[in-house]
Amino acid sequence: MTSSLNHSVFALTETDRLILNQVQKGFPVCEKPFDQLAKSLGMAPDFILERLQILQQKGVISRFGAVMNHHKAGASTLAALAVPEAAIEATAKLVNSFAGVNHNYLREHEFNLWFVVTAPDQAEVEHILAQIAAQTGFPLLDLPMLKGYHIDLAFNL
Amino acid sequence: MMDQDRQNSLLKQLAQGLPLCERPYLALAEELGVSEHEVIAFIQAALEQKLIKRLGMVVNHHQVGYVANAMVVWDIPDPEVDAVAERLAAQAKINLCYQRPRRLPTWPYNLFTMVHGKNRDEVLAELSQITEQTQTAHYAREILFSTRKFKQTGARFHG
Repeated sequence: MTSSLNHSVFALTETDRLILNQVQKGFPVCEKPFDQLAKSLGMAPDFILERLQILQQKGVISRFGAVMNHHKAGASTLAALAVPEAAIEATAKLVNSFAGVNHNYLREHEFNLWFVVTAPDQAEVEHILAQIAAQTGFPLLDLPMLKGYHIDLAFNL
Repeated sequence: MMDQDRQNSLLKQLAQGLPLCERPYLALAEELGVSEHEVIAFIQAALEQKLIKRLGMVVNHHQVGYVANAMVVWDIPDPEVDAVAERLAAQAKINLCYQRPRRLPTWPYNLFTMVHGKNRDEVLAELSQITEQTQTAHYAREILFSTRKFKQTGARFHG
């Protein structure tokens, strides 16, 4: 499924920004997480929950869950293909057909199709990449993370 | 203490998503047939042991207007890469910073950063400020804006 980058944008209120910046950092793990958030944000707990539900409905919140530490649970890599323009649609579709592929983007470069492969172990990741390289016939870059620096998945709004 | 099956089930459910309700851990507990307290204790332990990296919400930045998504790749000499990477990663407008292998001769870049902005010009202006503040203007780099999104799904194992 493809999506262009031109679509209607949801206008966040200042309160939305405060709430979202907080919950991106982490969601409280306790019996009454919204009471906890209410204390941190100085807002009513019901209001926070309601606002988050709306934001989730509107697609502003794409995920509410746990990020597993991939060093302890599986392997992943970033890969890129150099795809001629005429073959982009078909190649993107082919790459997407592999279950371990997520985050597939077209970028402005000779190496233009960028995707992340995730699998239970390194051998399986390499197997998927080998299949993609063989089935497309295009040059492939395998670019695993060697080291991460102060990765802050929270996105300051 | 939850049995292994329930633990695995809970981890799987947490990776897939929590219900957005007043007491999400109670809802999870009811599904599993254990107490809310056990679920909370398990998650806290998993966070402490770093089995779970983080539990929170992910914002779809495209939905809120951050549609310029630039991957900036740098060629930093090996002895300098850690120090330079730390300086870049500390910048507010840089969201991700990873060292990856060069693949010579085709791909000489060893540092990857993500810069998000509302539009292309904003990203370029931010990058200009960043290189000035971090003294990185002299390193070879390329900016790869994304133009289409073919897939974006949360990976179960993705960190």
